Amino acid sequence: MSKIKVEMTINGDKIEGSVEPRTLLIHFLREDLNLTGPHIGCDTSHCGACTIDLNGKSIKSCTVFAVQANGAEITTIESIAGADGTLHALQESFREHHGLQCGFCTPGMITRAHRLLQDNPNPTDSEIRYGISGNLCRCTGYQNIVKAIRVAAEQLNPAQEAAE
Amino acid sequence: MNDQANPSSAERAAKLQGMGSSRKRVEDARFTQGKGNYVDDIKLPGMLFGDFARSSHAHARIVSINKEAALAVPGVIAILTAEDLKPLNLHYMPTLAGDVQAVLADEKVLFQNQEVAFVVAEDRYAAADAVELVEIEYEALPVVVDPFTAMDADAPVLREDIADKMEGAHGTRNHHNHIFYWQAGDKEGTDKAMAEAEVVVEELISYPRVHPSPLETCGCVASMDKVNGKLTIWGTFQAPHAVRTVASLITTIPEHNIRIISPDIGGGFGNKVGVYPGYICAAVASIVTGVPVKWVEDKIENLTSTAFARDYHMTGKIAATNEGKITGLACHVLADHGAFDACADPTQFPAGFFSICTGSYDIPVAHCGVDGVYTNKAPGGVAYRCSFRVTEAAYMLERMIDVLALKLGMDPAELRLKNFITKDQFPYTSALGWEYDSGDYHTAMEQAMKTVDYEKLRKEQAANRAAFTAGETRSLMGIGVAFFTEIVGAGPVKNCDILGLGMFDSCEIRIHPTGSAIARLGTISQGQGHATTFAQILATEIGLPAEDITVEEGDTDTAPYGLGTYGSRSTPVAGAATAMAGRKIRAKAQMIAAYLLEVHDDDVEWDVDRFQVKGNPEKFKTMKELAFAAYNQAIPGLEPGLEAVSYYDPPNMTYPYGAYICVVDVDVDTGVVDTRRFYALDDCGTRINPMIIEGQVHGGLTEALAIAMGQEIAYDEMGNVKGGSLMDYYIPTAVETPEWETDFTVTPSPHHPIGAKGVGESPNVGGVPAFSNAVNNAFAHFGLTHTQMPHDHWRVWKTAEKLGLTG
Repeated sequence: MSKIKVEMTINGDKIEGSVEPRTLLIHFLREDLNLTGPHIGCDTSHCGACTIDLNGKSIKSCTVFAVQANGAEITTIESIAGADGTLHALQESFREHHGLQCGFCTPGMITRAHRLLQDNPNPTDSEIRYGISGNLCRCTGYQNIVKAIRVAAEQLNPAQEAAE
Repeated sequence: MNDQANPSSAERAAKLQGMGSSRKRVEDARFTQGKGNYVDDIKLPGMLFGDFARSSHAHARIVSINKEAALAVPGVIAILTAEDLKPLNLHYMPTLAGDVQAVLADEKVLFQNQEVAFVVAEDRYAAADAVELVEIEYEALPVVVDPFTAMDADAPVLREDIADKMEGAHGTRNHHNHIFYWQAGDKEGTDKAMAEAEVVVEELISYPRVHPSPLETCGCVASMDKVNGKLTIWGTFQAPHAVRTVASLITTIPEHNIRIISPDIGGGFGNKVGVYPGYICAAVASIVTGVPVKWVEDKIENLTSTAFARDYHMTGKIAATNEGKITGLACHVLADHGAFDACADPTQFPAGFFSICTGSYDIPVAHCGVDGVYTNKAPGGVAYRCSFRVTEAAYMLERMIDVLALKLGMDPAELRLKNFITKDQFPYTSALGWEYDSGDYHTAMEQAMKTVDYEKLRKEQAANRAAFTAGETRSLMGIGVAFFTEIVGAGPVKNCDILGLGMFDSCEIRIHPTGSAIARLGTISQGQGHATTFAQILATEIGLPAEDITVEEGDTDTAPYGLGTYGSRSTPVAGAATAMAGRKIRAKAQMIAAYLLEVHDDDVEWDVDRFQVKGNPEKFKTMKELAFAAYNQAIPGLEPGLEAVSYYDPPNMTYPYGAYICVVDVDVDTGVVDTRRFYALDDCGTRINPMIIEGQVHGGLTEALAIAMGQEIAYDEMGNVKGGSLMDYYIPTAVETPEWETDFTVTPSPHHPIGAKGVGESPNVGGVPAFSNAVNNAFAHFGLTHTQMPHDHWRVWKTAEKLGLTG
């Protein structure tokens, strides 16, 4: 099958690649670029393990062709931590509040929460629950995930206000 | 005295982060950054991809398989069918239950989505293309879907390969679709108790077919190194050593030339215990091609072909006095095992530990019998977040207790309190032969009732019922009470084995000269946080900080032999091995300390992280100092080094228990069930890491919610799977999941070195009956005794409609 050239900015780096028109973005990320943080959990866009940030929106990268992401700005779990390796407040909070167990949903969950807190810096618990309802977790029962996101929001918020 | 220089024992203990500490998990740094290493993340040079062409029929003869068009797809390397595996004698593989299972369908298919051909290609897209082009011609055969008709005289023969073999792995089969009959207890005595009883209740309690559905599906990468003859398989294995032994037995590759590695596993819940055709096919394909082959199933394949759970149809019967004293229990189970008996149970227990079905009650006489049958459904029968068939037993009994309460007009909690085994009866031998190690059920139940203000809840329910009758509300309040006793930590080698492998477990510890350590175990974490908690056990046992102890699992070339992680056995068995290995380290360290302190071995005593001279605590040697001494001192009579290994054969199972209370509001017009409150009190004995225990309880309760309220792998009359994807198979999101209230009591196991019992599965065992009892209780005053799970909106609405409650 003929291949198509694509260009995108992923985690701040300009990336060029050549893909079949049918190549899913998740496969391009995981197999061509070795970004194995986003995972594949289902075939039906339900589980959200493959969640990434594309042009400022959370998307499930198993439902997008790589060619559709041509020219896009993409953030994956691999660049949520600081360049110096400092964990993001969300990552710290997930650890502190036991917001993960097997870790398989975690990259998608944190990437989603990262976007959620940019869209809504002060979410209520029910807004958090609704906001992550596209991301399934089989281990935690969500309670500690909700808590981790809430605490991270509280920590990030004063910092944001100070910056302004 | 300088306090900082001489911290107290308590201060030193706190620094170790040993048992009892809510230590943060060491696993999380990599998982939160997307740096986990799951099987699908593995990428090896030249690696090929495997994918299955699967059966569209539930029961059909294979007339022909034409590979031509599929082989013509660019990038396709090979296509395997049963014909290719036959010369290697690999077209069938042994199951964990003493049956055989077709690796690739041999002449006929027995369930929809059965593996028929294995396509090997350069990438997953080419493999998927070719799968579509494998032409399989079928001749349809009559289908058996309903287990209740499987043993009809005219039922079609499903397993032609064993049709004339009436002696099965578990005794005589009395029909061509019969697998086994297994029983426990005193049938005559139980019949007598029933005949003489003042009150008898009987109900068919079905636990539908469900699936553990971890977020990560099953998969492997097999790599045969033809130069050194070594086969390495990375895979989603809950029992890596057992997989190695099985792989050696069926491939005849010597066991030392097989290396099984379980990398990070994205949840297991029993799904990843079994050996699946994909593993065998990937290994064969790698042996044939000489390059690594990856096989990872997708979610639909996962839900429809690898490891269902439950499918137990249980007729329960309880005899009691008019005052509510239970005098006998009987239960017959019809167990739907699908097309091959691939249940994951200890060999001597074809129905697992179902005979724990007398539960938490002092029942004088009992009998249970289980008939396993073949149907045209996927094989499995795994313990989905439970110890072997304990969830089924607890569900049957806890529903039946409510049915009895209704018959007697008693409160379900009061009936339970009346029949509990009392604290002074432990160790208690049940009518079905289990020796319960420890418990204090009354305290747990009373604490639960007090915390939720049970009396007030019942008063509120009475008011709600009156308001409903008066037409003031369309919502019914249900209160579900469940009290369960689990049987976990399989198990004593004298009666627990899998394929002849005793179910002990192991830990090997190496203390490094500078006072840090590595511990390797025969278990494998799938999210339970072993790297964190086993280090805590050791920190307490050997006095080195948990953060200085690496825990490693899952590589059969380095870890000591063990039977793996399932059935809540890691803490009871491998946790015990860890403590015992730690004590061996300490015993040697004591001799080193005595030598260095120039006193007799008996004149030093252990204190948190050191040996000190008795009566003179100023004279001491810390474990860190002793570690160094082990490597640089020539001590008479002692070998250098500080290492230990322990293989722990548990003397008994452990028996965690819990009291759960659930409050729901049922909208009779929509069938929507809203969980208002869920309180869970667990007693898992000694608590190693309270944070992780709570997390396990949250997760298990959420899986219980899923099972009770929506999960079912259903089939139509043709044997087509209805809803084998997440489009239909219910996984609760954060929105449907309520806030969980957790609580605990602590009753240590007397026979376990640290008193721990295991907890991961308790919330599923107790959670499902608590939810189901709540839904049934909402309608109880209208005479409803039992309605089948799952309690999804449609079923609940149908229940309301049948009772004439809908508008």
